[in-house]
Amino acid sequence: MGLLSDPVRRRALARLVLRLNAPLCVLSYVAGIAWFLALVFPPLTQRTYMSENAMGSTMVEEQFAGGDRARAFARDFAAHRKKSGALPVAWLERTMRSVGLEVYTQSFSRKLPFPDETHERYMVSGTNVYGILRAPRAASTESLVLTVPCGSDSTNSQAVGLLLALAAHFRGQIYWAKDIIFLVTEHDLLGTEAWLEAYHDVNVTGMQSSPLQGRAGAIQAAVALELSSDVVTSLDVAVEGLNGQLPNLDLLNLFQTFCQKGGLLCTLQGKLQPQDWTSLDGPLQGLQTLLLMVLRQASGRPHGSHGLFLRYRVEALTLRGINSFRQYKYDLVAVGKALEGMFRKLNHLLERLHQSFFLYLLPALSRFVSIGLYMPAAGFLLLVLGLKALELWMQLHEAEVGLEEPGGAPGPSVPLPPSQGCKHTGPRQGLDGTEAGSPDLPSTAAGLHRAHQLLTGLPAGHHHGARRCACQASWAPDSLCCPAGADKPSSHAPWQPVPVAGASGGATVTGRGLAALPGSAGPGCAGAPHLRCPALPTAVSGPLPLLATFLECALLEVRSACLSWTETPQGPHAASFRGNKRVSVSA
Amino acid sequence: MAVTYSLSRPAAALVAVLLLSFGSVAARHIEDQAEQFFRSGHTNNWAVLVCTSRFWFNYRHVANTLSVYRSVKRLGIPDSHIVLMLADDMACNPRNPKPATVFSHKNMELNVYGDDVEVDYRSYEVTVENFLRVLTGRIPPSTPRSKRLLSDDRSNILIYMTGHGGNGFLKFQDSEEITNIELADAFEQMWQKRRYNELLFIIDTCQGASMYERFYSPNIMALASSQVGEDSLSHQPDPAIGVHLMDRYTFYVLEFLEEINPASQTNMNDLFQVCPKSLCVSTPGHRTDLFQRDPKNVLITDFFGSVRKVEITTETINLQQGSEIMESSYKEDQMDEELMEPLKYAEQLPVAQIIHQKPKLKDWHPPGGFILGLWALIIMVFFKTYGIKHMKFIF
Repeated sequence: MGLLSDPVRRRALARLVLRLNAPLCVLSYVAGIAWFLALVFPPLTQRTYMSENAMGSTMVEEQFAGGDRARAFARDFAAHRKKSGALPVAWLERTMRSVGLEVYTQSFSRKLPFPDETHERYMVSGTNVYGILRAPRAASTESLVLTVPCGSDSTNSQAVGLLLALAAHFRGQIYWAKDIIFLVTEHDLLGTEAWLEAYHDVNVTGMQSSPLQGRAGAIQAAVALELSSDVVTSLDVAVEGLNGQLPNLDLLNLFQTFCQKGGLLCTLQGKLQPQDWTSLDGPLQGLQTLLLMVLRQASGRPHGSHGLFLRYRVEALTLRGINSFRQYKYDLVAVGKALEGMFRKLNHLLERLHQSFFLYLLPALSRFVSIGLYMPAAGFLLLVLGLKALELWMQLHEAEVGLEEPGGAPGPSVPLPPSQGCKHTGPRQGLDGTEAGSPDLPSTAAGLHRAHQLLTGLPAGHHHGARRCACQASWAPDSLCCPAGADKPSSHAPWQPVPVAGASGGATVTGRGLAALPGSAGPGCAGAPHLRCPALPTAVSGPLPLLATFLECALLEVRSACLSWTETPQGPHAASFRGNKRVSVSA
Repeated sequence: MAVTYSLSRPAAALVAVLLLSFGSVAARHIEDQAEQFFRSGHTNNWAVLVCTSRFWFNYRHVANTLSVYRSVKRLGIPDSHIVLMLADDMACNPRNPKPATVFSHKNMELNVYGDDVEVDYRSYEVTVENFLRVLTGRIPPSTPRSKRLLSDDRSNILIYMTGHGGNGFLKFQDSEEITNIELADAFEQMWQKRRYNELLFIIDTCQGASMYERFYSPNIMALASSQVGEDSLSHQPDPAIGVHLMDRYTFYVLEFLEEINPASQTNMNDLFQVCPKSLCVSTPGHRTDLFQRDPKNVLITDFFGSVRKVEITTETINLQQGSEIMESSYKEDQMDEELMEPLKYAEQLPVAQIIHQKPKLKDWHPPGGFILGLWALIIMVFFKTYGIKHMKFIF
């Protein structure tokens, strides 16, 4: 016979697996953790590179020089905002129109699901303002978005100023092949989500918003800008989006290229780039950054309004200008130049960004770990579960095989039906039934009946009380119902060994010498409901029906446990049911 | 009187002799000149210039082709004899910050897209099929004259191709490829249909040398910008435009060609020296074994220009069937002793002798999936039937 159908060899195999299982699990777990920690070291972490051919390595000359204009716009915006208390829509419209864009507005409102202490009613409403710069010589089939989310306070006014100055500069160039949408949203994420939903004509969050009057084609990429002051010491980039979704790595590579070109200080997760990766410091810092990124992704929050764009397959980033205590500061012109360069390169795109990775981890801005390299870490951790499941399966199977072993001799087999039959006592006495049956068991067979006892000892002998009358088990119609006397709980029909329909042609219970035993139902068997577990699936039928029975028993046992709180089944064998906590709940 | 008579007679004789000698010298000079007319054997020039890549970031391929177009036109080949195929429109691309221009040098020194550029195959018309039809002449009758290559057996044709290529293929428009075998077969068709006298094939792509490895028709000379396994690199980016403007090899070829005028006597050996590895980073290659003349006797203008051989003379020249002069000029340039006569129609060049190609050693490949599967099935069935215990008797 083959390896797996020969019971001797199968048992040997099972024993081997069981013996090795615990060390394997530990090893696998440790391997998973170790792999994860090793992600920051050079062979697993690679330098980033631009994958998209169209964006190439060629730099473009940035000519943005509107720093003063940006600051003036920002001052005006802040003043108007303070005056009106909300987004100064009219002023924004006027200014955008003067700069040369097609301006549209969108109003939205949303009833927040949770009460908000700071507001009287929890209805949030606002207006988004956006201007479209049409490509001078192309059909408006694709677009790019520069968005500035404005919260309830005026912390982002410098970004609005920069946005307007950039719009003015971009309007004067003739090389745009895509439209550019300059979007100012109110209430941060709510406004952005309202705009995106209306743009893509869906409604997933139940926002009420007015339909958009102006559109510009499919959005290829978006950049969200947040500036707290007009001089920045560093630019922080956020990539994690809603539900941990990430933009295409090429967008980050683009940003990093322009950081390097402009000499800007760029940070990721608020941390600077480690300079040397050869000693231990660099990798350690990288590990911190990596873990922060994992945490951020796990939280599921979009860390910036770019996170909402990702759901529509628009690659997006958030750039935050941070003003901290450093000696070298950059003004709005430097930030504007970086943005101009990025948009010019994005203009060269012919297709959506798809060449680079969509799933990655970043130990640093210039290094990444792709999913192919970090997935094995998770795989090792999940392997532990698989091994545990395999162990349980093997245990059940081994027990069942051990059950079959002495089944040839009629002697040991005879006590089995009593225990089997006696397991069909009422729920209250399920354990007694086993109790009654067990002294008859030969000691040799006792040790092998773990799984058997798992089944029998369960007060889930009553699981079939529910089904025995009316419903047939799907796989063993005859066996499940109590033969003859099925509808009379009190009548205790002899336990008829019936072939289990699911048995793969194996010997029936009869074949094992389990004859009908009139008196086999023990003293405790005269209990209503007359619940029988299905005929023990024979060993030949394999452990799967056994497992199925096990699960069914367990399920109904839980159900009956709720019904039978007062019962106090005794039985020393309650303790013998290893590994089955649910028994102890009801027992 | 008699003295003068007697004096003038020898003088007259001397003068007559001198005149005769002059005449003969002149006649020989004319004969030499007439001989020179037939030195190269071609009477007209054609050029087929192909750029196979589209998209804005392949600006440099269009610039390459246009710069060769410019040189060829400047040296005399008219538009009616040039078939220009450009796969994309860079001059009017919305991303071009200088519309209607295509620059080959940065800082906008040289605009190769002037007012008189005539593109014959444009945009999506540049396909492998159209290219092969142009070469072989199998064109539907409705095709306009400007899209045809109406060459004959006295035409020297320049074929320039650029784009993205690999080992043995050239990519057309991101969707199809032409292989070196197809190209070689197309040239053979051209030879058999007597569509060229001599052909110069220049290719500027990555691994360009692989494209001329398979040629087997006579009278073809080939140049490539890089060897198999090497990439051809681009030359200069222009930050104002935002793309690379030219490829290195063609950039230096263009610079070389700018020095050529219709009367120059520069020969092919100089062209082979253009762009050494120090400038080009890749190693340009060339192939001349199929070409019957010595490259040092081949003028650049034989292919790149259309030098009209027109000489006004008042003497008469006796051309005896014309074949003697041709034969003599050919005899000077013979490389192989076997080819004494000029080739006539339907006589095939013994190419195998020329090329001396060794049969390629076929690499051993492990058995493929089907064979392995079959064997696995057989072994499985055997052991299933007879049991695994037989294994130890087998191994």
